[in-house]
Amino acid sequence: MTADVTPYKWVGTRSIRPDGLEKVTGRARFGADYHLPGMLVGVVLRSPHAHATIRSIDTSAALEVPGVKAVITRDDFPEITSEEAMSGESVVDYRDLSRNIMARDKVLYIGHPVAAIAATTRRAAEEGARAIAVDYEVHPHVLTVDEAMAPDAPILHHDLITNDPEAETRGPSNVGKRHFFDRGNVRAAFDESDVVIEREFKIRPVHQGYIEPHAVVADTDEDGRSVVWCSSQGHFLVRTLTATVLKWEPSRLKVVPAEIGGGFGGKTTIYLEPLAIILSARAGRPVKLVMSRQEVFQASGPNPGARVRVTIGANSDGTIIGAEAWMAFEAGAFPGSAVGAACQTVFAPYDIPNVGIEGLDVVLNTPKAAAYRAPGAPIAAFAVETVLDEVAEALSLDPIELRYRNAAEEGVASTYGPTFKRIGFKETLEAIRSHAHHAAPLKANQGRGVASGFWFNAGLDSTATVNIHEDGTASLLIGSPDIGGSRASMALMAAEELGIDQERIRPSIVDTDSVGFNDVTGGSRTTFATGMAVVEACRDVVATARQRAATLWAVDVEEVEWQGGRAQHLSGSKPPLTLTEIARSAAKTGGPIAATAALTARGVGVAFSTQICDVEVDPETGHVKILRYTIAQDAGRAIHPSYVEGQMQGGVAQGIGWALNEEYVYDETGRMENSSFLDYRMPVASDLPMIDTVIVEVPNPGHPYGVRGVGEVGIVPTTAAIANAIYDATGIRMRELPMSAVRVHSAIERRSDDGTRTPVG
Amino acid sequence: MMYTAPVTVDEACQLLASNSAAKVFAGATDLLPQAQAGRRLEDVLVDLKRIPRLMNLEVDDQGWTIGAAASAARLAEHSQLRSEYPGLVEAVALIGSDQIQNRASLGGNLCNASPAADSGPSMVVNEARAVIVSTAGFRTIPIADLVRGPGETSLEPGEFVAEFQLDRPAARRADAYLRFTPRTEMDIAVVGAAARVAVDDAGRCTDAAVVLGAVAPTTVRVGGIAEELVGSTFDEEALARCAALSSEACRPIDDKRGTKEFRRHIAGVLTTRVLRLAAERASEQR
Repeated sequence: MTADVTPYKWVGTRSIRPDGLEKVTGRARFGADYHLPGMLVGVVLRSPHAHATIRSIDTSAALEVPGVKAVITRDDFPEITSEEAMSGESVVDYRDLSRNIMARDKVLYIGHPVAAIAATTRRAAEEGARAIAVDYEVHPHVLTVDEAMAPDAPILHHDLITNDPEAETRGPSNVGKRHFFDRGNVRAAFDESDVVIEREFKIRPVHQGYIEPHAVVADTDEDGRSVVWCSSQGHFLVRTLTATVLKWEPSRLKVVPAEIGGGFGGKTTIYLEPLAIILSARAGRPVKLVMSRQEVFQASGPNPGARVRVTIGANSDGTIIGAEAWMAFEAGAFPGSAVGAACQTVFAPYDIPNVGIEGLDVVLNTPKAAAYRAPGAPIAAFAVETVLDEVAEALSLDPIELRYRNAAEEGVASTYGPTFKRIGFKETLEAIRSHAHHAAPLKANQGRGVASGFWFNAGLDSTATVNIHEDGTASLLIGSPDIGGSRASMALMAAEELGIDQERIRPSIVDTDSVGFNDVTGGSRTTFATGMAVVEACRDVVATARQRAATLWAVDVEEVEWQGGRAQHLSGSKPPLTLTEIARSAAKTGGPIAATAALTARGVGVAFSTQICDVEVDPETGHVKILRYTIAQDAGRAIHPSYVEGQMQGGVAQGIGWALNEEYVYDETGRMENSSFLDYRMPVASDLPMIDTVIVEVPNPGHPYGVRGVGEVGIVPTTAAIANAIYDATGIRMRELPMSAVRVHSAIERRSDDGTRTPVG
Repeated sequence: MMYTAPVTVDEACQLLASNSAAKVFAGATDLLPQAQAGRRLEDVLVDLKRIPRLMNLEVDDQGWTIGAAASAARLAEHSQLRSEYPGLVEAVALIGSDQIQNRASLGGNLCNASPAADSGPSMVVNEARAVIVSTAGFRTIPIADLVRGPGETSLEPGEFVAEFQLDRPAARRADAYLRFTPRTEMDIAVVGAAARVAVDDAGRCTDAAVVLGAVAPTTVRVGGIAEELVGSTFDEEALARCAALSSEACRPIDDKRGTKEFRRHIAGVLTTRVLRLAAERASEQR
C-alpha cells in the first residue's frame, strides 16, 4: 500500500544496505570472532540438578589442572542486597540477575552456573570444570505452573512474597506477582451477552532461536577497567547490567558491539559478561566465553510457557460487550515474565466496555524466561484470536467483519490505559479483506484462518552523532545494534535530511565510549527513536551548514536555504554551495561540522497486524503444511520497505515454528531433552511458503517521517491464524501449542472415536 | 589422537590391525558432531576417502558396486542409479543438508547404526550386500546382518565395509522410500518405510516387500507383505492389510520424536503410501 508518489527522494526506497557486503562475504565480525593475544578459553560449570542448595564448592583440584589459570564461583561476586536489587527506574531485579549469572545459595534449574574456569585450551578448561567438587542438597522441583502453584509445592525462594495488594496470605510463594485490571462489570456483561465462549489454553516454552550463541571476550586490566566485546541488543545495557552486578562504576567498562546474529529479545540481558570480566581479572589475560547450543537452550531465556483462560461475550450483532482473561506465565527460576505485557495487550485491539484481566507470574525450576518478540502478546493473542474465531462462527459472522466491528480506533480508551491516537488496525483488516488471498479457492483438507495482533512499540533514550568529513560525506555514530537493517534506515533518513546521496553516508555502530547513551535495540524502537536522534542531529548539521554558507557569502543566515544538499541564497544571485564545498572550507568558517542529538523519544506509535493463512492438514498423519501466508501490518512509514517486509516475514516465520513444532521438552528430572536444533524444530526454508506482505502506512504523527516500529507485532497473531486455519480444514480446535503432527493426529483420532466435531485442547 | 589417510585397502587394514583403538570414518558427519557433544574420539582415526575403491561407483551386467565412502551427492546425481533404484536414491538424498550430502556416505550412514538411518530400510528391502574387509581378507554378508542394534554393527575388530553390492533390478520392478518427519528436511525419521514391488504386464503384483526404520532397534522387515499382495492390483483392502502388518511389526519407543502409538500408526500410513508409489513406478517400467 506504499503510495506511488512520496515527497521523499530516499525515504521509502530499497537501497543496498551499508553492511551488506561484509555480511555476505563473511567479513562481518560477530561475538565469537574476536581473538586477542594471550587470550584464554572459558568454560562454565553448570548445575546438574533442577533444584538444590549448594552446601560447598571445592575448586582446589581444578586449579591444579595444567593450563587452568582462573576459577571463579559465587565467592567472586558481590552480594546484591534486596535494597540494591531494584535500582533506578529499571525493571531489572539486580539481585535476581546476579544470582542467575552465578548461583549463590541455591541452584534453580539444570544449567544454572555454579563456577567458571579459564584455561589455555578448551580441553584444559573442561578438565578443570570436571575437577570442581560441588556438594548439593537436592530438593524436589516444579516444572509447570500447576505444580508450582500446588498447595504443597516446593518453594524456590523463601523470601518471595506475592506482590498482590488483595492477597490475604503473605507467606512465601512461587507466585511472584499478581497483575489485575478491571473495567465495567464483566460478569454482568456475560449475563447480558447472546453468546459467551470460555476456553482454556496451554502454551509450552519456546526459545528465541537466534542462530548466534551468546559470546563474549573480556580484557580486564590492572587498573580494574575492562573492555568487553560481545554480541547483544544493547551494549549500553550490557554495561549498565554488568557494572551493577559487579558493583562497578559503569565508566570502568567499555563495551564494544559485535555484529549480532539474531536476538529477538533474548539478548536484552546478560549471562556471560560478568564471568568473563572476573575470569580475566583473576587470570590477568583476556578471556573468551562462548555458549554451546545446548547451553543456549538450557541457560538462556526461553519465552515462558503459560496456561491461559479467555472468555468473550458478544451480542448477536457482533458487538463484544465483555472479555475476561486469566493467564499464568512460567517465569522460570526468577520472577519477571512478560505476563504484565500479556495483560496489557490481551484485548488491546478491541473496543470492549467490560473487561477483567488477571495475570500471575510463577517461578519454577526452569531457566529464567527472557523477552521474545512482543513479549507476552503472542500467548495472549493465541487464546483471544481463536476464541474470537469461535464467536464469529457462533454468530455466523465473517471473522474479519467481527474484528472490524469491534476494532479500536482513534479516540478509543485502550484496555491498558492510554487513549489511542491515529492507529491503523482497521486498515490492516481492510488490506486482508481486499487481498486476492482472501478469495482464493481451497481444496479438500485445506483451511483458511485469520487473526490480528497488537504491540505497543517503545521510545526510550537514544543518542546519535553526525560528522561531516572534509570530502562532504557524513558518518553516523550510532549506539543501537543493527539487527534488522537499521543502518540502512538511518542512512536513508540522513540522506533525506542532508540532501546527499545515501552512498555518501556511513553509519557505524560504535562502542559505549564513542557515542552517548542508547537503550536497547528492542521494543521495535530503533528506526523510530534512534532514527529521530539521527534526524535531529542532521537538522542541526544543516543549520550549521547554512550558517557557514552565510559566512562565506557574508549574508544573514536567514537568507540561506537548504535545497537538495546545497545552500542557496534566497535571491538566487549566488551560485549554490554544496555540502562538499562547505565542508572543504569549514576550517575557515568555524571549524568541523558535527552535531549530536540526545533525546527521550516521545510520540510512540502503536502497531497492529492482521494475517491470513492457508494450511493443508494430512488427515492420516496430522501433519500441517502452511500453503499460503499473507501479513498486513501498519508500519506508519516504511523507511526501507525491504527491511520492513523482512521484519514482517521474520515474525511470521517464528510464529509458524511456534505454532507447529517448537517446544521445550523436559524429562522428569527437569533436564531439557531436545536441546539441539535437530530436536528443537525451528522451521527450515522449505517448511515455509513465500510470506506475502502488505505494508499499511498510517503515519505516526509522533515521528518526523511517520515511523511506528515494525519489529515485533508480526509474530503476535500467527499461532492463532494457523489454529483457525487448522479448524477450517479439519473442524478441530487446537488449544495447545505446538500443534505438532502428534497432537493434531491424536485430536483427529479422538474425533473419529466419538464421531463428532469435538473441540479439543 | 592421530589422523591417518591410507590410500589402499591393504594399508587401511594394516592400520586397523595394528591399532586396537582405531576407528574408520568417511564424511565424519556423525563423528564430528559426536565429538563436539563430548564423546571422546578414538586414538587413531582412519579416513577412508583417499582409497579409490571406497569412492567407487560403477555398474555392469552383474550389478552395482557402491564404494562405502562415496558421497551421498554423487549417488543422488547418478541418473542410472536413480532410474534403477529410485527409492534408494530418495533415501540417500534425505541424509542431512546439501552441505552434508557432499560429505556423507552410505557406509557411514549404515555403520553409524542409528535405528533411524534413512538408507537402512532401502538397502535391506533391495537385498543389498556389504563387502567387509580386514587383514584376513574379504567377506560378503546380507545388509540386514550388518546392524545389530543402536550404535552396534556385526563388524569384528579390524574390519570395515569396503563397498556395497546390488543386483540389477528385473523389469517391472521398482522401489520407493518415504519417511515421516515434522520438518520437510534437516530432520530425523520418526518412521521410515521402504518398499520394493514387482508387477506383471497387467499391473498385478508378482512380488513385494516392506522394510521399516526408526520403529525398532534395527530395521524391520515386515512379514507377510508378499502373501497379501501377490496377484492383487494393490487395492485398498490389500494395502490396508499391509498397513496393519506394518503397525503390528513395529517395536517402537516413546521419545521426544514421537509416541509408540503414533509411530505404529504412521508405519501403517507410510506402508500404504510407499507400496502405492513403488507399484506406480514398477508399472511405468517397460
